[in-house]
Amino acid sequence: MVIITMKLSRNRTGYYIKEGVSSIFTHGLMSFASICIIIAFLLIMGSFILLAVNINAVIGELENENIILAYIDEYLSLAEARALGAEVSRTPNVSRVNFISREQAMYSFLGRHEDTARFADVDAEWFRHRFEVFVYDVALISDTQHDLLSIYGIRRVNANLTVAQALVTLRTIVTGVSIVIIAVLLAISLFIMSNTIKLATFERREEIAIMRMVGATNAFIRWPFIYEGFILGLIGSMAAFAILMSTYGVLAGRVYEFEAFFLNLVPFSNVSLPIFLLFAAIGFGVGVGGSALALNRYLKV
Amino acid sequence: MIRLTDVFKVYANGTKALKGVSFTLDTGEFAFMVGPSGSGKSTIIRLLTGEIAATDGQVVVNGYDMEKIKMRKMPYLRRTIGVIFQDFRLIEKKSVFENVAFAMRVIGASNKEVRQRVPYVLELVGLENKIKAKPDELSGGEQQRVAIARALVNNPSLIIADEPTGNLDPARSLEILLLLQKINELGTTVLIVTHEKPLVDRLSQRVIAIDGGRIISDGMDGYYNYEVE
Repeated sequence: MVIITMKLSRNRTGYYIKEGVSSIFTHGLMSFASICIIIAFLLIMGSFILLAVNINAVIGELENENIILAYIDEYLSLAEARALGAEVSRTPNVSRVNFISREQAMYSFLGRHEDTARFADVDAEWFRHRFEVFVYDVALISDTQHDLLSIYGIRRVNANLTVAQALVTLRTIVTGVSIVIIAVLLAISLFIMSNTIKLATFERREEIAIMRMVGATNAFIRWPFIYEGFILGLIGSMAAFAILMSTYGVLAGRVYEFEAFFLNLVPFSNVSLPIFLLFAAIGFGVGVGGSALALNRYLKV
Repeated sequence: MIRLTDVFKVYANGTKALKGVSFTLDTGEFAFMVGPSGSGKSTIIRLLTGEIAATDGQVVVNGYDMEKIKMRKMPYLRRTIGVIFQDFRLIEKKSVFENVAFAMRVIGASNKEVRQRVPYVLELVGLENKIKAKPDELSGGEQQRVAIARALVNNPSLIIADEPTGNLDPARSLEILLLLQKINELGTTVLIVTHEKPLVDRLSQRVIAIDGGRIISDGMDGYYNYEVE
């Protein structure tokens, strides 16, 4: 028998990738099924995320309209009243402040009433200087109201606590429901995906047995499957992202065109990066993790 | 080299497959193992390839004590053994060349080494003209020769053949056995499990007969005290 000496090629990455890619084509049907399942799952999940994002955006707009009015003590001059603006801005949870003088308040009042003759003798002195105060988090509006009242020169603070509370409750419900739906979808899809990968691996159990028989290490057996899972996951997630982006684009166009729901959808570009990263992470996790886990049962002997 | 010392094997379902089997196959030896179905032949092969562990006794293969070997070392033991099966166990989607090259890639051989070694081994088994064929384009005998080439390609010190002629006609069976004998003459230890009496008689080699989990005969020059099927 001829004695052969072999130099071990330490870097087998090229071989693993080549085998992984080759396997995708030789087991074309299974590869196609895996990609379709990843796409379907990510599309459903992405749709719910976009729905939740849009509902939250609507709530956010409503929150912005829910401003606080901080009335200034009538004994303060215009300059003194304006000067309070800096302190009001520094109050926790305050995002933006607009100063409204008593004259501006009067004109605003008059502007809201058509019967101007009835208010002909209205005087600016009847009104107080005030600040329109916008907040970051409507849930903290009560605390903000209390903080504003503690500022010297602020006489009264009007905040619509009932509406604020309703918005907080609505946002909590939407967020909670979204999380539950996404978690359930994730669990179902992982189960389906894991079974698909198990099926694909089962189809190749003979091949794995032969690899083991000729002395393949577990790593040598596992890596091509992992690369294959990675590539399938990547293709699936990128395809899902492209489909979601184009479909959402068409939908947003229609909503804008028909002024449906009296609102505009959140532009996809606002959420594209997080969704892209999420899809890539899930595609990677499901593809690579699923392949590695599914192989374990065949690598124990 | 194989050494079994008082080996017992009891499966989880209570089946006593081996009841104190002892034999040694030295480096460069050639032996047949004969026995009826359920006699324990397959259990011995699975012990030798590390698929299962003995319940009691000692199994040593090519210097590896199978009781003490760590799982991570098992692939390295298997690289010293070439195993040939009755059903060939080729990868259907790979060509003859790739089926053989595959075993070399497992141990980290470079492309250059694969290109040099595989044609040589395929020539040794007489398949130099079938290098691009897929297994389903070959006859049973040719498929078995691919399996032999794969077993040989990493230059193992031991070849274990489990019913290698079970799916072949008598003429092809003899060809395969003569090929294995030729491999043995080149220095490789060969153990063939079979129940084909004419072939065992033809080669006049050592015959280990097993029945009921015990060795009942171990004779040289084709002698066995056992009625082979």
